[in-house]
Amino acid sequence: MDIRIEGLSRRFGSVAALERIDLHIARGELVALLGPSGSGKTTLLRAIAGLEPADEGRILFGALDATRLPVRERQVGFVFQHYALFEHMTVLDNVTFGLRVKPRRWRPGRAEIERRARELLVRVQLEGLERRYPNQLSGGQRQRVALARALAIEPRVLLLDEPFGALDAKVRKELRGWLRGLQRTTGYTTVFVTHDHEEALELADRVVILNRGRIEQLGPVAEVYECPANPFVFEFLGSANVLPAVARGRELWLPGAEHPLTGDQIFPGGEVAVYVRPGDVRLAGADPAAIPARVIDLQRTGPRVTAQAELSDGTRLFMELPHLHHDVSQLSVGAAVRLRLLQFRAYSRADAQRPGAGRPDSRQPGAAPSGQGRIAAR
Amino acid sequence: MNAATHSRDSSINRVLPGFGLSMAFTLSYLSLLVLIPLAGVFAKAAGLGLSGLWHELSEPRVLAALRLSFGGALLAAAVNLVFGPIVAWVFVRYRFFGKRLWHAMVDLPFALPTAVAGIALSALYGPQGWLGQPLNALGIKVAYTPLGVFVAMVFIGLPFLVRTLEPALEHAERTLEEAAATLGANRWQTITRVILPAVTPALLSGAAMAFARAVGEYGSIIFIAGNLPGLSEIAPLLIMIRLEEYDYAGATAIAAVMLVASCAILAALNALQFRARRTGAP
Repeated sequence: MDIRIEGLSRRFGSVAALERIDLHIARGELVALLGPSGSGKTTLLRAIAGLEPADEGRILFGALDATRLPVRERQVGFVFQHYALFEHMTVLDNVTFGLRVKPRRWRPGRAEIERRARELLVRVQLEGLERRYPNQLSGGQRQRVALARALAIEPRVLLLDEPFGALDAKVRKELRGWLRGLQRTTGYTTVFVTHDHEEALELADRVVILNRGRIEQLGPVAEVYECPANPFVFEFLGSANVLPAVARGRELWLPGAEHPLTGDQIFPGGEVAVYVRPGDVRLAGADPAAIPARVIDLQRTGPRVTAQAELSDGTRLFMELPHLHHDVSQLSVGAAVRLRLLQFRAYSRADAQRPGAGRPDSRQPGAAPSGQGRIAAR
Repeated sequence: MNAATHSRDSSINRVLPGFGLSMAFTLSYLSLLVLIPLAGVFAKAAGLGLSGLWHELSEPRVLAALRLSFGGALLAAAVNLVFGPIVAWVFVRYRFFGKRLWHAMVDLPFALPTAVAGIALSALYGPQGWLGQPLNALGIKVAYTPLGVFVAMVFIGLPFLVRTLEPALEHAERTLEEAAATLGANRWQTITRVILPAVTPALLSGAAMAFARAVGEYGSIIFIAGNLPGLSEIAPLLIMIRLEEYDYAGATAIAAVMLVASCAILAALNALQFRARRTGAP
């Protein structure tokens, strides 16, 4: 069933957790709500489930207006961050709970309930563990019990709050692929919340990037990653260098450059900020069209070389260079180099200084230490 | 051989040494404080012989005192089992004006010198008391009756239920209720099938402690009880009376019975609790 959210707002006191959110999630789609803590992503998920009331706006499941429907009548499958399993019940009792509490009129027979639960346990690969208690299971198994329990009520939509947050890295990787497969075969419209951009990019059809209760950008995964709509999204999806530049139409002049960068964006002119990921910087040999810089720091760690370079105006940027390249192995601190940017985005200075921009969640895995590459941006 | 090396290794690998010494200390300390005095009671009681014991215990006054102490304590624990959770629930779930002050009040029956509590209760429920007078007018006599004993036992038992239940309720996170709701459970089903089972072990251990305290309670009961032999006289008081009469045999006979009965009831409650805990609930 598709989910349509129209002008949804939710306030906590004077803080707007959600501000006029409009979002359509197509039937069978897998959508990630991505954002730093406090961005409203969990509030949005809980609002869809009915666990959080809406102050304004509507939520529709297909043609059904669910805005005022109480949680237990919404028929949503919700997987909680820490699973919220009923510890005093066996795995089987957990999974059948949603069927057993139905009013007698709609409750399937005992045998039918058990048959359905066993079928689900096979689907989530927990057959044989029916009689176990949750505290006898591993984290990954507990998560799958929570999933089977949510699926047992044949939900209209499936909602997952940080589904992998409580698992260790290896299990997380395995479960991601598995969940993706399960979602494809069952076809449930699924929304999940995460603060991990890699998880969102790997799993979702589309991502919704939230910040301060608003949608910053939404779109297919590749599109959002390649063309972040604004500095916030760019920084949230990975570490970033921010370089000052002057724009003239398509041309962007970096400090000390003899030739401009040309991108596909057109600016009316004036100062812009060029955003580039450390992994998108390369050495350009003696190419006169490249940007002159000086290496000021160098670290060879494992397969990568991370270096810091300084442009002629003192702007510093971080680079992650492939180890095997000849130029890279010759690199030394103090050397003059020329740099090429494989990929970058430019934003007007006004955008870059907008409140909330340039503050990715510090918990974000893989993010650079705060302040990286922004040292001389101001 | 293998097992021996293994245990040896594990003792060598312990971070803090001194297992032997601290274990010896623990055991001798417990023996000195608990085991030897209790064994003394049995030794003394055994001196009576079975028929002597029977003679002491079959006296109607003794039987009535034992019935009052154990029956009252069980009943008081049962009452607290109903109302304690409500109090605990309100403190865990809601915020209200003066919550901290009210919360501190829960501990009062526990912290007050028992004689102070006893005097307060008998003043309150006595024939001239604030509550005693109107209740008397209704034909309900509290002071100097078994009802008074029961009231005092409820009073001192309450903190045990509330204090053991609070952490359990806090632990049974709100998300459990939310999970039950998303699965379609109504409020009654959520309470009876999700929340109560999750806190059952805590409920039972709270009830066990409240019961044990009520059985052994002395100071806060004797003032309100009036101590009429065969009617409102509790077993601990009767032990005291026997001692004052230099009837050591009679005193130890009652003591031994109380000891055995308390142990049996606590063991039963613990078994229940163990069962509840084994089937889940952390």
